[in-house]
Amino acid sequence: MTNNITNWTKADDARVLDAIRRGASRRELLAFLMAGGVSLAAGGAVLGSAGRAHAATPRKGGKVRAAGWTTSTADTLDPAIASHSTDYVRLCSFYNRLTFLDADLAPQMELAESIETGDAKTWTVKLRSGVTFHSGKTLDANDVVFSLKRHLDPAVGSKVNAIAKQMTEIKAVDPTTVTITLASPNADLPTLLGIHQFMIIADGTKDFTTANGTGPFLCKEFKPGVRSIAVRNPNYWRSSGPWVDEIEFIGIPDDNARVNALLSGDVQIVGSMNPRAIRQIEAQPGFEMMITPSGGYTNLNMRLDMSPGDAEGFVTGIRHLINREQILKAVARGIGDIANDQPLPLTNRYHNAALKPAAFDPEKAKFHLSKSGLLNQTIPVVASDAATLSVEMASVLQQEGARIGMKFDIKRVPADGYWSNYWLKAPMHFGNINARPTADSYFSLLYASDAAWNESRFKSAAFDELLVKARGELDEAKRKELYGEMQVMVAQQAGTVIPLFMANLDALNSKVRGMKPNPLGNLMGFAFPEYIWLAE
Amino acid sequence: MSNTMTAMVLHRLWVSFLTFIFVSFVVFAITNMLPGDIAEIMLGQAATPEAVAGLREAMHLDEPAILRFLRWLGGLFVGDLGTSLVNRLPVSEMISGRLGNSLKLAAVTTLLSVPVALLLGIASAIWRNSWFDRVVSTLSIAVISVPEFMVATGAVLVFAVYLQWLPALSFANEVTSFTQMLRVYAMPVVALSFVISAQMIRMTRAAVIDTLRTPYVEMALLKGASRSRIVLRHALPNALGPIANAVALSLSYLLGGVIIVETIFNYPGLSKLMLDAVATRDMPLIQSCAMIFCLSYLLLITIADVIAIVSNPRLRK
Repeated sequence: MTNNITNWTKADDARVLDAIRRGASRRELLAFLMAGGVSLAAGGAVLGSAGRAHAATPRKGGKVRAAGWTTSTADTLDPAIASHSTDYVRLCSFYNRLTFLDADLAPQMELAESIETGDAKTWTVKLRSGVTFHSGKTLDANDVVFSLKRHLDPAVGSKVNAIAKQMTEIKAVDPTTVTITLASPNADLPTLLGIHQFMIIADGTKDFTTANGTGPFLCKEFKPGVRSIAVRNPNYWRSSGPWVDEIEFIGIPDDNARVNALLSGDVQIVGSMNPRAIRQIEAQPGFEMMITPSGGYTNLNMRLDMSPGDAEGFVTGIRHLINREQILKAVARGIGDIANDQPLPLTNRYHNAALKPAAFDPEKAKFHLSKSGLLNQTIPVVASDAATLSVEMASVLQQEGARIGMKFDIKRVPADGYWSNYWLKAPMHFGNINARPTADSYFSLLYASDAAWNESRFKSAAFDELLVKARGELDEAKRKELYGEMQVMVAQQAGTVIPLFMANLDALNSKVRGMKPNPLGNLMGFAFPEYIWLAE
Repeated sequence: MSNTMTAMVLHRLWVSFLTFIFVSFVVFAITNMLPGDIAEIMLGQAATPEAVAGLREAMHLDEPAILRFLRWLGGLFVGDLGTSLVNRLPVSEMISGRLGNSLKLAAVTTLLSVPVALLLGIASAIWRNSWFDRVVSTLSIAVISVPEFMVATGAVLVFAVYLQWLPALSFANEVTSFTQMLRVYAMPVVALSFVISAQMIRMTRAAVIDTLRTPYVEMALLKGASRSRIVLRHALPNALGPIANAVALSLSYLLGGVIIVETIFNYPGLSKLMLDAVATRDMPLIQSCAMIFCLSYLLLITIADVIAIVSNPRLRK
């Protein structure tokens, strides 16, 4: 009776693997499987097979062709202006950063040997020695200073200019030491340096028609909007990996064309799959899917400075009226995680797991909504395709509302112009927030009293104070406590309902091994080239 | 060639040149009217007013539009297409490979579809109202009505995903042998041929039938000429003008209008290049692509006109 399970699919396989990676125990997994109607013995067999597929020794050699989901003539090898997934994959192939972010988004050292500070304001970066660029030049402090300073030059047009601006002084002390001084204390500097745009290039580089980095692959060919070919760097400083000889990377923007290319064997890896294609992939043997919890979310915003959000009990009522389970199952097709009305995803190490999401409870919702005096009135809700899945979420809310006498009028507006005309403006509307690497960036961008994107006009002096305190706090435990407290404040006081964190799907040929999700983005946070290998 | 004919051909070329200049101005004016510019698009969410101003200055976007236009036009006449604002590569370099790919696809499609379409069109005109004519007409109408993305996607699902006979993507760069070329081009070329040959078949058929109704054909019939002689010697030369125009119109579509086929087969051609350029407001690239489309269109139409002029027996003296 080992593999005699009906309804078990590859998407379920991906879900189990996702749970294992997040450290779910065997007991929890079996509970998860049994909830899905799988018997205990059969469940054990499934877990066994899921584990086997991913435990083996890497092997060198082979060529891989992988497809991303964006490509255009704007494709670039210049880290500062990179802005699409395709660029990030190439950056990770050809360059290195001072730090990289692991599966918990915690910074690990890459080109830096250590990054130290006493006050979170002045930082000393010690560089790894014996690292060479593809041109043969040895990495030294001047390369780092040049790479970081160019983000401040307006002519470069750097994407991370706003982040780089806090570095008021970047100085080479000796060939392997750089000091960075910040305008004000920020304990997140090592994390920020792990952002893709902060890749290290050689001092004085102006020509980006090819890449001269320290990364795992050499750039053999790069044609913007067409493809790039990366060949293994024989002198790579890290001894583990890269494994494959050559990676051809192309972009296929069309969803169907991308999946077809995988199924026909033209490519072995495709990034960002539409969940609609799950069935098509399951119908053919030899392919696998990978779930990456992205941390991005679509949220329902109620402005606290105008009706209906300002009526007491209204926001609380909506929190209990949102059927999170239903949204996860029906709207997101099971790909995602239930969220607790605060922006830090489960993959963020400061996520407060003790803070439980408001339970779906129509009776409680009815109680709070009638207290607000708005029950039986018709409330307009603005939704749009611009905010992923918001129209579907609004319909779920509408249905639940109808059962307790709360009417919602869904105003579906065009995607074009949504962000400038409706988002942040309408009294009750949907937003869509991309994942960010640090807790501070979420809170200062979205919840500080003077934040540019304060979606519900949440204002709290106590919160602002905690924000500044947490930013400069070097003690991890204290910091976690501060951020935990802030999450509770946001979940209970702000007018932003966050029903679930989204996840992304990638698909690959079963021959490709070594791919693991990284919350920085699809395809292992775009860094898969260095880690994958091909089974015989 | 007579003097009248030379004069007419020269006049035709002069008009083409004026059209070319006019189109370049219109394209420039319209792209300038698009909301947002490259500095804002490149910076995205990080677009603070200072950052945008700084980048604009660095790219010389702060100069008056007309000055930028004249500079670009001047460059065009000495063969300098300028530098892409987005990735700072020379436009000519970006275009050359893509143009080659587009021309290859267009050439293969032309070689396949034009002879087939002309043969079918003429044949159905000769056997007008026969079962053959009806089958061809019905099929070509059916093919015109099915959108090309249907044909292309259907073909990929059947031949690439299920049967696995052909690749789902067309890698124009990897064609080294003839059989490989057949495999790579089979699906895109068939999808494109469907669209353009249907048009050509119908136009050819109509043009030939039109001339078959003229008095001089009746005259030929009365003097006892054979059917094939009537069609090939008397009707066809006179129908050549309209046919050449129909073919030219269909072919001009092959360079700039094949965006759907390029997207589905991920074929790196010119249409996608121009679409990218518009999305990023990369002016020099948009301009250059538009000019290439315009030039190819003018070239084809001019050739068609010249064929019409030259083939007209009344002008041949």
